[in-house]
Amino acid sequence: MRALLIRDIRLAVRAGGGFGLGLSFFLIVVVLVPFGVGPQNALLARIAPGILWLGALLACLLSLDRIFALDWEDGSLDLLATSPLPMEGIVSIKALAHWLTTGLPLVLAAPLFGVLLNLPEAGYKWLILSLLLGTPALSVIGAFGAALTVGLKRGGLLLSLLVLPLYVPTLIFGAEVARRGAEGLQVATPLLMLAGITCGAMALLPFASAAVLRVNLR
Amino acid sequence: MMPDLGKYAEAVLSSYALSIMLIAGLVAVSLIRARRVRKELQGIERKAKTNG
Amino acid sequence: MSSIWEYANPKKFIETTDRILPALAVLTGVALLLGLIWGFFLTPDDFRQGSTVKIVFLHVPSALMAINAWLMMLVASLIWIVRRHHVSALAARAAAPVGLVMTMIALLTGAIWGQPMWGTWWAWDPRLTSFLILFLFYLGYIALWAAIENDDTAADLTAILCLVGSVFALLSRYAVNFWNQGLHQGASLSVKSGERMDMTYKLPLYVCMAGFVLLFVVLVLIRTGTEIRARRMRVLLARERMGA
Repeated sequence: MRALLIRDIRLAVRAGGGFGLGLSFFLIVVVLVPFGVGPQNALLARIAPGILWLGALLACLLSLDRIFALDWEDGSLDLLATSPLPMEGIVSIKALAHWLTTGLPLVLAAPLFGVLLNLPEAGYKWLILSLLLGTPALSVIGAFGAALTVGLKRGGLLLSLLVLPLYVPTLIFGAEVARRGAEGLQVATPLLMLAGITCGAMALLPFASAAVLRVNLR
Repeated sequence: MMPDLGKYAEAVLSSYALSIMLIAGLVAVSLIRARRVRKELQGIERKAKTNG
Repeated sequence: MSSIWEYANPKKFIETTDRILPALAVLTGVALLLGLIWGFFLTPDDFRQGSTVKIVFLHVPSALMAINAWLMMLVASLIWIVRRHHVSALAARAAAPVGLVMTMIALLTGAIWGQPMWGTWWAWDPRLTSFLILFLFYLGYIALWAAIENDDTAADLTAILCLVGSVFALLSRYAVNFWNQGLHQGASLSVKSGERMDMTYKLPLYVCMAGFVLLFVVLVLIRTGTEIRARRMRVLLARERMGA
């Protein structure tokens, strides 16, 4: 399992794809927003938590199809399926690799981009915490969507259509934590809900993703 | 015959018109596709019978 | 390759539905016409909402069916996963577009009603937002069915999507509630919060609801029959190609 994780991370970094691309996309979104809504600092400060969360979510979405697509094309997914590793484990490891190469860099970059959007001082702590808690859920849910669309030729667009509605609860609670944190309000409830969603998704969704992959490999 | 809808006539009429249009469209699409598939299947079945 | 015996059960389904459909369709037409004519022509204006109260006869039944259609798809998906009856998977597929249209009607009539009443076409109220999310779920479900070529694979994948989607739709409902408390009235059968709906509105509303339920059943039966035939056609064509 560890070997699989290391291999996946190495592939992601070497291919140059997911790793840098997600971050650059995040940066572009953050840079474009002020052009769209105007340069008033007060306004930007108000919408900064939501924009940062949305940008992270979209950047995460961008690299989802890579979770299984490459392994599907060269047949190594079939090999993995026949290996003694349980399918659930493979899916979890792949989601973890996706999070380490996409989610974690986004979390680390978010405060930097927060400066660009004039995020209030109190918000940084909660923004990082909420992203740290929320992005694993994005990867796990995304892995489910990627498993659903793995065999399809034009799966990318369909993947977004399937995954985005599933992201709604995570986004709502995550952005709520960041927003309340930035405004100095109580954050306990949305924070707990966000953690609950992430834990639940990590515990249960790999079973669904594994079932889907088995169907697709049939 | 027409009831007096007052100042909201536009809202009421447009919602009825839209809904009825949508439902009628759905029914029409379902029926047309049902008829087409039924006919095509009959053709194929007849052909399959004569062939073997 | 699936065996021809697999269709024994669907055959019976088609025979039965072909027999009962005409009567059911007539019943649906009568209920819908009666309910809507009663609602449109024979109900008095509400003292606060004026004539817009008549929109309720479309809005509430369609909203009801939008949710129930998804529930029916969920049950059908479960039956497919557990018992692997093909009719069940195809019924879920057949119901999705009907549910989509119902959601659309609920959203549109709601918007038209909201304009004069709340002063806005759209508000990010929890119920409205949940319905919009439900609409997205329907879109994704239908798109996934359309994208996969192999019938059994499509049935399996969409069934799992329906299960996972149901959990997340429910989660979204609570999340949205938490996110914005909203201005929509509470229980769907009380038009004004606190006041019970009057019988003069309730009776035609019940007739309309029955009409929409029947409409849903009839449409799903017709569409399921179509799906069964289309599937059989694909199997026959594939066999022909293999034999040739």
